[in-house]
Amino acid sequence: MLLVLPIIVPMFMAAVLLLIPWVRVQRWGAHVGALAQLGCGVALFHRVSQEGIQVLHVGGWRAPFGITLVADTLSSILVVAVGVVGTAITAFAFAGVDPRRESGGYHPLLMVLLMGVSGAFLTGDLFNLYVWFEVMLVASFVLMALHRTTAQVRAAFLYVTLNLLSSSFLLTALGILYGQSGTLNMADLSAAWQQNGPPRLHLPLAMLFLTAFGIKAALFPWFFWLPASYHTPPAAISAVFAGLLTKVGVYSMYRVFTLLFREVPSWVFVLIMVISAVTMVVGVTSALAQRDFRRVLSFNLVGHIGYTTMGLGLLTPIAVAGSLLYVVHHIIAITNLYLVGGIFLRLRRGSEFERLGGLYRTYPVLSVVSMIPIFALAGIPPLSGFVAKVVLVKATFAAGAYWLGAVALAVGLLSVLSMARLWDEGFWKPAAPDADKAKPIWPMVVPICALTLLSLGISAAAEPLLQLTSRAADQLLNPEPYVRAVLKEP
Amino acid sequence: MELQLAIVAGVLYAAGLYLMMRRQLVQLIIGLGLITNGTNVLIFTSGGLTRTNPPVIPEEMPETLEPFADPVPQALILTAIVIGFGVLAFSLVLAHRVHKASGSDDVRGAS
Amino acid sequence: MSSSILRTAARVLMPLLVLFAVFLLVRGHNDPGGGFVAGLVIAVAFVLLMFADGVEAARRSLPVSPWHLLGSGLLVALTAGLMPVFVGRPFLTALWAHLGPERWDVLVGTPLLFDIGVCFVVVGVVLTMTFSLVED
Repeated sequence: MLLVLPIIVPMFMAAVLLLIPWVRVQRWGAHVGALAQLGCGVALFHRVSQEGIQVLHVGGWRAPFGITLVADTLSSILVVAVGVVGTAITAFAFAGVDPRRESGGYHPLLMVLLMGVSGAFLTGDLFNLYVWFEVMLVASFVLMALHRTTAQVRAAFLYVTLNLLSSSFLLTALGILYGQSGTLNMADLSAAWQQNGPPRLHLPLAMLFLTAFGIKAALFPWFFWLPASYHTPPAAISAVFAGLLTKVGVYSMYRVFTLLFREVPSWVFVLIMVISAVTMVVGVTSALAQRDFRRVLSFNLVGHIGYTTMGLGLLTPIAVAGSLLYVVHHIIAITNLYLVGGIFLRLRRGSEFERLGGLYRTYPVLSVVSMIPIFALAGIPPLSGFVAKVVLVKATFAAGAYWLGAVALAVGLLSVLSMARLWDEGFWKPAAPDADKAKPIWPMVVPICALTLLSLGISAAAEPLLQLTSRAADQLLNPEPYVRAVLKEP
Repeated sequence: MELQLAIVAGVLYAAGLYLMMRRQLVQLIIGLGLITNGTNVLIFTSGGLTRTNPPVIPEEMPETLEPFADPVPQALILTAIVIGFGVLAFSLVLAHRVHKASGSDDVRGAS
Repeated sequence: MSSSILRTAARVLMPLLVLFAVFLLVRGHNDPGGGFVAGLVIAVAFVLLMFADGVEAARRSLPVSPWHLLGSGLLVALTAGLMPVFVGRPFLTALWAHLGPERWDVLVGTPLLFDIGVCFVVVGVVLTMTFSLVED
């Protein structure tokens, strides 16, 4: 029962919020919903770490006939992260999103989005994964595209088109997969392929999945929809997109490739490494060319996705653990920075570099608080990004992929540069006189401070967290317990 | 029959992708619709095409009549159609907004 | 913009369509039909009314707003899913009960409730979209 709670709590809240016309009550409702989801996530995480992999056969239909929900360590960590991001965003939304969006259903849609993301993390069935993807995407489409100006709607169109194309690829892959194997339950597929060998269209299927999830995860060469659209919506929307949506693609890649495509030729994993490397380089170098706070963030987001998929290419326990640690750190840090971008939006009516600067003089405490996620993302010791990067680089050297380690290091350096520039342009350089058009308000500051504390917590607790992600990596790389848990007789 | 349907699916994909690379939003949306339907045809074909009994247990029998059709692809397609329908309707709303705001349905400037 | 033929036809067809939708909804568990189709038919009925008399009239003839339909539909479906949980079965398990005197034995279950919820959601979504498409 605990397994469905992270899904049905936001669903229930979405339904209730649809019935409530008052925006103020909606804000509280959304916040309570997100907090409740966080609670369920933590409870689920606790249960998983105590009792091992949790399985629920929805409707009492046993796998592989019904839809199965599965929570292993990775899923439960990510569900907690969804709760954290949701709570931060709903707190930030107390400061107001924009009036038309808020009365047009921002809060219920946000709940639907959280529901979709949790569902995608928890499902053990590939078709169900597709359904959650669509739930999540439709909610994000509406959040992103409604009530905006022409240029922004056009950017949203690119987002919608690319993501729909990715969904079609995923569905195509599922159709072929079903034709070849007769089941879409991931554990069942894994067991059957282990026994009878993979089907004939194994490799094309792997490529279809790689493309479909690569588009969602914004990997090179499919990443361009992200920087084109993520800087346009208000912070309370783009932050949740940046924190969660791409990670769902990354998660699905890990799930599918470790459970199903273990037997593909090794060049596929080299290809994943190359894609990760190019994504890192292109993302971070493009970030250097930008002159807008939120655009820099978007390109950095793309660049850092490369770190999270590197581990999948290497496929050693320590590399996967490092990548997963990076995912956790990145969700918290990037969400936080998009929220900081929201502060700039309020103070300066924009986030272009010309309008920024001088924040350190007027709001020193807030600036220091914002500095921490900036430098965490850059990977400056002893902050959270640094630990994950060290683990990853060591893992590349241990696996003999020196070139990948070199790329990761070089990109790390470039991202320090890019982040330092962000700090300089946003906070350090002198501002135009009376640049501030408004003051930051508490609902904006509190979630930023909380996320910063969490970032610091991740840095301090890096060792136990790494052990945790190592356990998650073990479960990914040795899928037998997962398969057994799903398929065992009741 | 499989071959014909495979060709149909392929043609739908090709036409859809071609339309998606055009410059008009309406063509883009039609392209998306074609691809969705191509995928549905593909799933339908992948379930295997046979003339068999429906996968329902008749009232006076203990179990279904062998051989029976695979119900899963139909369920998958049904779901996919529902989702495709919703998404298509939404992109039409979006295109309508673009057209109303700018007076053209060119995708240029989509960045 | 609309002809009196269309307006008259819409007025005649409305109740028939809604009745047909109820028929589809009730038979949906064992025969072709179900909540989704029923929802679409109801939505089409209102869209027809919208073409005949305009959006305002269609909105007025709908007793609640599409948003509220959406929300209550979700709640109904969720309730149907949660009912088995309270008797210790997994989420979304179908529960059945015999109602009425033995002669007119009526079998009702949570799937029907779920279908009603789905129907509401579909009507809500379709009408929200079409109304907003026409209104702006």
